[in-house]
Amino acid sequence: MATYQEFIQQNEDRDGVRFSWNVWPSSRLEATRMVVPLSCLFTPMKERPDLPPVQYEPVLCSRPTCKAVLNPLCQVDYRAKLWACNFCFQRNPFPPAYAGISEGNQPAELMPQFSTIEYIVQRGPQTPLIFLYVVDICLEEEDLQALKESLQMSLSLLPPNALVGLITFGRMVQVHELSCEGISKSYVFRGTKDLSAKQIQEMLGLTKPAAPIQQGRPAQPQDHSFSSRFLQPVHKIDMNLTDLLSELQRDPWPVPQGKRPLRSTGIALSIAVGLLEGTLPNTGARVMLFTGGPPTQGPGMVVGDELKTPIRSWHDIEKDNAKHLKKATKYYEALASRSAVNGHCIDIYACALDQTGLLEMKCCSNLTGGHIVMGDSFNTSLFKQTFQRVFSKDYNGEFRMAFGGELEVKTSRELKISGAIGPCVSLNAKGPCVSETELGLGGTSQWKICGINQFTTLGMYFEVVNQHNAPVPQGSRGAIQFITQYQHSSTQKRIRVTTVARNWADAQSQIQHIEAAFDQEAAAVLMARLGVFRAESEEGPDVLRWLDRQLIRLCQKFGQFHKDDPNSFRLSESFSLYPQFMFHLRRSPFLQVFNNSPDESSYYRHHFVRQDLTQSLIMIQPILYSYSFYGPPEPVLLDSSSILPDRILLMDTFFQLVIYHGETIAQWRKAGYQEMTEYENFKQLLQAPLDDAQEILQTRFPMPRYVDTEHGGSQARFLLSKVNPSQTHNNLYAWGQETGAPILTDDVSLQVFMDHLKKLAVSSAS
Amino acid sequence: MNVNQQAHMASPYRQPQPALQGYSQPGYGEPPTQYAPYNGPNPGYQQGPAPAGYFPYSSLPSKALPATLASDLSSNSSSPLDLGPVRPSPNSGPPPMLTPQGYSQYTQGDVQNGPPTMSGQPHRPPVSQPYLPGSQPAYHQHYGAPHTGMQQMTNQMSGMHVSAPPPAVSGYAPSSHPQTSVSFSGVPSFSVSSQQNSPAASLTHGQPPSQPPFPGSPPLSQSPFPGVPPPGSQAQYSSTPPLPVSQPQYSSTPPLPVSQPQYASTPPLPVSQLQYSSAPPASSQAHYPGAQPPPASQAQFSGSSQTSPFHAPSSSFAPPAGAPRHPGVQPMQALPHSQYLSGPPRQPMQGPPLSQQNHVAPGPPQPGMAPGMQGPSAQPAPPGQGQGVHPHQNGAFGQMSGPQPGYGGSYPGPQNYGAQPPPPAAPPQKRLDPDSIPSPQVSELPAVQKTRHRIDPDAIPSPIQVIEDDQANRSSEPFTTGVRGQAPPLVTTNFQVKDQGNASPSYIRCTSYNFPCTSDMAKQSQVPLAAVIKPLATLPLDEVPPYIVDHGETGPIRCNRCKAYMCPFMQFIEGGRRFQCGFCSCVTEVPPHYFQHLDHTGKRVDCYDRPELSMGTCEFTATVDYCKNNKIPQPPAFIFLIDVSYNAVKSGLVDLICAELKTLLDYLPRESSEADSCIRVGFVTYNKVLHFYNVKSSLAQPQMMVVSDVADMFVPLLDGFLVNVNESRAVINSLLDQIPEMFADTRETETVFAPVIQAGLEALKAADCAGKLFIFHSSLPIAEAPGKLKNREDKKLVGTDKEKTLFQPQTSFFGNLAKECVAQGCCVDLFLFPNQYVDVATLGVVPSQTGGSVYKYTCFQVPSDGDRFLNDLRRDVQKQVGFDAVMRVRTSTGIRATDFFGAFYMSNTTDVELAGLDCDKAVTVEFRHDDKLSEESGALMQCAVLYTSCSGQRRLRVHNLSVNCCTQLADLYRNCDTDTLINFFAKYAYRSILNSPTKTVRDALINQSAQILSCYRKNCASPSSAGQLILPECMKLLPVYLNCVLKSDVLQPGADISLDDRAYLRQLVTSMDVAESHVFFYPRLLPLQKLDVEGDTLPTAVRDSEERLSKGGLYLLENGLHLFLWVGANVQQELLQSVFNTPSFGQIDPSMTNLPELDNPYSRRLRAIIENFRAQRPRYMKLMVVKQDDKLEPIFKHFLVEDKSTSGGASYVDFLCHMHKEIRQLLS
Repeated sequence: MATYQEFIQQNEDRDGVRFSWNVWPSSRLEATRMVVPLSCLFTPMKERPDLPPVQYEPVLCSRPTCKAVLNPLCQVDYRAKLWACNFCFQRNPFPPAYAGISEGNQPAELMPQFSTIEYIVQRGPQTPLIFLYVVDICLEEEDLQALKESLQMSLSLLPPNALVGLITFGRMVQVHELSCEGISKSYVFRGTKDLSAKQIQEMLGLTKPAAPIQQGRPAQPQDHSFSSRFLQPVHKIDMNLTDLLSELQRDPWPVPQGKRPLRSTGIALSIAVGLLEGTLPNTGARVMLFTGGPPTQGPGMVVGDELKTPIRSWHDIEKDNAKHLKKATKYYEALASRSAVNGHCIDIYACALDQTGLLEMKCCSNLTGGHIVMGDSFNTSLFKQTFQRVFSKDYNGEFRMAFGGELEVKTSRELKISGAIGPCVSLNAKGPCVSETELGLGGTSQWKICGINQFTTLGMYFEVVNQHNAPVPQGSRGAIQFITQYQHSSTQKRIRVTTVARNWADAQSQIQHIEAAFDQEAAAVLMARLGVFRAESEEGPDVLRWLDRQLIRLCQKFGQFHKDDPNSFRLSESFSLYPQFMFHLRRSPFLQVFNNSPDESSYYRHHFVRQDLTQSLIMIQPILYSYSFYGPPEPVLLDSSSILPDRILLMDTFFQLVIYHGETIAQWRKAGYQEMTEYENFKQLLQAPLDDAQEILQTRFPMPRYVDTEHGGSQARFLLSKVNPSQTHNNLYAWGQETGAPILTDDVSLQVFMDHLKKLAVSSAS
Repeated sequence: MNVNQQAHMASPYRQPQPALQGYSQPGYGEPPTQYAPYNGPNPGYQQGPAPAGYFPYSSLPSKALPATLASDLSSNSSSPLDLGPVRPSPNSGPPPMLTPQGYSQYTQGDVQNGPPTMSGQPHRPPVSQPYLPGSQPAYHQHYGAPHTGMQQMTNQMSGMHVSAPPPAVSGYAPSSHPQTSVSFSGVPSFSVSSQQNSPAASLTHGQPPSQPPFPGSPPLSQSPFPGVPPPGSQAQYSSTPPLPVSQPQYSSTPPLPVSQPQYASTPPLPVSQLQYSSAPPASSQAHYPGAQPPPASQAQFSGSSQTSPFHAPSSSFAPPAGAPRHPGVQPMQALPHSQYLSGPPRQPMQGPPLSQQNHVAPGPPQPGMAPGMQGPSAQPAPPGQGQGVHPHQNGAFGQMSGPQPGYGGSYPGPQNYGAQPPPPAAPPQKRLDPDSIPSPQVSELPAVQKTRHRIDPDAIPSPIQVIEDDQANRSSEPFTTGVRGQAPPLVTTNFQVKDQGNASPSYIRCTSYNFPCTSDMAKQSQVPLAAVIKPLATLPLDEVPPYIVDHGETGPIRCNRCKAYMCPFMQFIEGGRRFQCGFCSCVTEVPPHYFQHLDHTGKRVDCYDRPELSMGTCEFTATVDYCKNNKIPQPPAFIFLIDVSYNAVKSGLVDLICAELKTLLDYLPRESSEADSCIRVGFVTYNKVLHFYNVKSSLAQPQMMVVSDVADMFVPLLDGFLVNVNESRAVINSLLDQIPEMFADTRETETVFAPVIQAGLEALKAADCAGKLFIFHSSLPIAEAPGKLKNREDKKLVGTDKEKTLFQPQTSFFGNLAKECVAQGCCVDLFLFPNQYVDVATLGVVPSQTGGSVYKYTCFQVPSDGDRFLNDLRRDVQKQVGFDAVMRVRTSTGIRATDFFGAFYMSNTTDVELAGLDCDKAVTVEFRHDDKLSEESGALMQCAVLYTSCSGQRRLRVHNLSVNCCTQLADLYRNCDTDTLINFFAKYAYRSILNSPTKTVRDALINQSAQILSCYRKNCASPSSAGQLILPECMKLLPVYLNCVLKSDVLQPGADISLDDRAYLRQLVTSMDVAESHVFFYPRLLPLQKLDVEGDTLPTAVRDSEERLSKGGLYLLENGLHLFLWVGANVQQELLQSVFNTPSFGQIDPSMTNLPELDNPYSRRLRAIIENFRAQRPRYMKLMVVKQDDKLEPIFKHFLVEDKSTSGGASYVDFLCHMHKEIRQLLS
């Protein structure tokens, strides 16, 4: 068998699953002693080009409380045409269609390579995708123009049969009717008055007239005709809509000196949600909010319109001085919940130099699986390309977006589900496999993820419930089944089923197995998610303390040392990087709010809890590549010692892409050597990181901020704030050496951190 | 009897009587004494009377004066009887004046007269002259007195004056009044009127001459004289011995000419009429009684007196005076007639055949016949009167001839004589006599019956006559406003105004131009003191709009204390360094930049360079201090809010509006100095929800914004909603093209209303400007929204105590909304197109409190109502309008504006706030005393309106008016304007029905009118029989008009009139000016058979009574809202052909709303008349063709207001009797 590394990789590729532990401790007690909970990162829509969906429905276990899907782990009696559920051990007959199965003629779901399989279900009406643009028109002329162009461009990217709608808002909220000839028509709402969905529908004229009772068919087509005034197939009205967009004016209401424009973001979202809620519930829909500033009036207002009152900062929040925060958050949470119930996701594209209220509004996206994109202006490539990338297509030409996902998790008896952390909401599905211990969103075995793409990754946390005195039979495996139902971008309903199994091991006797099967990357990310999840509701220092304690305990559990002798401390290879991850995590913007606005923190956290493992790791510990004449580009330590004059550094923090030219390189570049033919190699050296950066820029969503800087440049701070400050103005011992650049910070360096960690880990006091 | 008006007339009568007395009676003794000189003439008296008029003028005038004019009063006060004292002064003063005029007039008069009764007139002039010498002294005095008082008046009213003098006479009356009462009966007035008619043109002049006679009792005689023109009468005169007598009178009359001038000078005429009526009857009779001739004369007097009264009203002017009086008297006459009739009814009638008011004629003849004395005097008068048929009764006879002709007059002829004779014994008897004659009055039931049977409608005061007379007498000369307290011509008269320090009657009209000095007097008389102010009235083309004055940065110069604006009433003192306010007497420094030296008269040297110092009306530019929030206002905006519910779309309304707006938007009001209008426009459509439109010029196509949140209305957009028409024309046109299309298939039937107003209001708020909303609405707003209404039409409530609730709004919501609108300067004009009940009472609240208008087109169909609506809309959009206006009326110390009527809102007790004020809106203001007024300083009022012009300028328009003050009730009654009074009464009553049962309101109206008239009777008219109805000359039409108000749809609904219509009319009347209310209550009915197709004169209108319609005739009737063409069943084919292009009556299409355009002079002229009518009225009148006996005829008949109405409204005659009864009850 291959190494665990390979095993993990293989599993990830096939199932989109990374477990913190790949061999599971077989008892509850042992499991809790492992410090890092049994958990996994699961990417439901993991792209599987090699996985053709099957065109039939899955076979379910007949036990009402189970309903697990037939999978390769089930025991099958080919002769009796029976299969035994591997979760509840119920014996089920195969449905008639399976009459012909035999050992040589197995359906796909029984083949081991199909531990992940996708079914296409022909159930229910197929409704086209819906894209509802909610556009802020209190923008600067230039911004608005750019936004209008982006929106117009997006029309060409939408599926032709998709329904689009347009809501604009400023002081008022306008719902535009799209099918009008000669005159553009819109319904206008006051930006300060919250309306129930029913009122909104009445005011939009969407309530069904007391129609004479029609026999048989409920008014499905009629529904459509009602909504059609506001939601129209792109192919029908793209001309209209293009014109409409081009005629969009800035909000005409005068903004007095010293005031912010009145922005009714809250009501606009409410109306968008209400509109979809009433007309097309439980269909795939994206509400795309484009805003250029904070909501300043009505419910959901984040800041008053007086410019002299600045928008809340972390400082204000800590001092409990943000007077709109709680109300607004509550308002948006309620909206998000409504939207989530209906399966509609909300994207927020916030482009402004100041904060726009993402802190309050984040839940709209977080709970519904929508995107948040934050930029400085709509007139930047960051926004434009990111937005374009929302509509990217996969290898099949299908949009990389899925809607209305419902993730259900089944576990074998020894396990229970504690919770999930990711862009989802709980469906509150109680069941036998739901743990009483909650980690993340718990208390359920089902979650709704309204908007999913190929990267969307949830952290799933489990609890081993097997009692210590009831040992698991040797060789038996614990199994987990993920059933994800969703609407594919082609409007098909699909069900993807992933069934994974891991070995049990007795922690006392087989601790080394367990230790070796530790996936420190996944564990770091999963622990980080827990930390971020806590950070949402707890004070920053508490979270850090909790993280530190977890780390120390882990080191105590798995480190090899002599008591009270820090120098004797060793960690095995499978744990070696973990403390370093934790070190960087502690400094990351996910847990540190210093130097970040509340909006930025929200933005970072939003992405952190939904990206897959690789991206998450990049976020925790940025990658640093070094380019030099001395060899091919190489990854180097994220350490100040890596900052050398004759190097070009490329740092990828996920959110930023920084190219840093060392002092000498910068001078050369300034001198223009790259223009000289005899220094062609220098030119190539300069070009190399640009090319690499370009590659990353083109694939990443959202597009990172691209920074090209050099030694002493102001933007170099992006790099300097990330590297491990091994050399600072405080530890002059390294000063003057040619091993890097000192960082002006009081932060502890990794070395110091490790010293402390060792000390604490070996301390018998704790 | 009826005629009462001219108590004064009586006096004239008296005079004549006196004369008569002089002749026969001792009783006269006194008067005689005074009159003595007269008596002298008297003997010649018959002549005398007439002449007396003239000469008597001198003497009589005093009486006349008292009755009529101030001067008269003075004399009267002392003792009307004291002709002597009065006379002298008057005589001295006026005579000269008069004489000259008289002559001129005379000539005219003669001419007039001449034509009618060649003989008679000729006689007169010569006679008169001779008389003059003889009797003049006496008469002159009398007249003189009046004249003096009235000199100015006379000028104006020469004709009237004549009659007036008679009133003065009434003053005299005291003594002779009894007779005057008789005079009522005296049909003479009729004759006068007839005379007027006949000599119409000349009448004025002719009348004047005659008038002079009237002034004194002679007036009657005079009138007769003028009346004489009635050939018949005159002829009679001539024929009858009396004639000679009369001639003498005539001769005296000649003096008349002389005196006439006086008359001319003294407007007393009207008064005189009064006097006539009052005075003549009793006194004259009494006197007469004394002398046999008197009896006759009495009769005449009675008649004459009446006539005189009549004159006052109708003929108030000169010769007509006689006649006019008659009309006035007519009502009275009716009774008298009856009497007369009873006696020699027809004869008189016949006598004067010329003039319908045969009475007169008869009178004259008889008079002439009867007493030599009277005969002459009377006759002369009678003749004249005779012509003025109705007048006859009045006074013509009554007054002048009254004594003479009247008695002699065939009328009473026998009876009178008979009756009177007995009375001669004792004045009371005389009174009795008259009573006896008017027996109907005496015994109510019988009286009524008799009246019904006997009262000749022609014998009661005729509005037409009055109008015609006024038109004839006062339209030729411009009306200059320089002198305080002048009563302007009637609203129906076309006259030019020269502003010389008082506001034009186009702007302000008062119920009286002579305010009582004390509140006691005011209370006693019960005459409301009110002014109808139309601040932005459109002036005739030949008059100059108010000058705009800029006093610089500090704003208009104002009194420090009361804040009155600089005006002609400010007295500059201390060499011009300060000025004293005419209103509060506070002394204020003149700012240096405004300083100017005074000339030797104390006037500023630049007085005539500064409009504010020399004109009654001017306009100040206001500074920023006068602006809301101290900000220069934005140009106003017009917002069109169009109902696009199913009903509106289906009826074609939406199409029509949109098509019209496209062109109409080019005609928004603008300053005359600007090429384009500054007004911005906005558009909204609505049904259950509202649709706003963005028509910004930069858009390729309009944008529609739907606001469904009607519960909490707001404006969805700012920029692009209100736009300049020229800039956004393309987009607007595109919008207007599309609106009908967009809603062509609508099925929405429910509408909202309050949110529509809110929307407009919010839009104006957002734009921070004032403006006007044009709402086109079709149905009861039942959709769920604020201001939602229920159908509460419940006819069962009509007539109950709860009826008032039907006029009250359903909810207070609209009242509050109106407040908000006013605060923003948002005026709402509402165009209603209901197919059923829409609750106008509620919907109209906002328009009526914001200075807006409501237009209603029931069951609107484009073919039939499209024109009317479009014309209304055009006019409504184009008319000059001011916004965000505040009006305050300041008055001199002693009176105070206490009550206001009109379309406005008041948040305190003094400021009238008008969100919008257009050129058609009038505000009626009632004044009350809070202290004493003085005769010297008079009463001043200043109406200042601060408003935003259509270009966004803030302006102050200031109207100033001064009126006289009097200590004698007679002066008050002599200077009243009945049309204005009716305007006030109507508004008062229409407001009262909001709070009181309709019946209570009606009763109160009747009661107050009765009090007014009885007060007059008690205090101004000469004592006379209670059976006589004596009306003041100026108010002789009060009963007929009042009846019209009482039987209007609002106060006395018929079964077929909807609640909406009543509410609509109620609100409509609230902001009417005098001209509108006049024609609204008394429609104009033109006979078209004999149309002057070449010229531009209109045929003389006829009275609104079915019996005036001839089967062979075409008639045009208008009341400001409706226009009917009534086609008699026997109209000649040619006429039908030329009007309808069809030879047959049966083929006339009754549904046509415009006449076919035919190329013949008759058709062209008729259409021109119709167009002319329409142009005169603020609202376009749809033409309805009504064929006789067609099913539409009842609608038409509804407007024949002198007839009994189907809803129970009394006929004029019946009502007059009723009033008389009321008055008598009060008197007793």
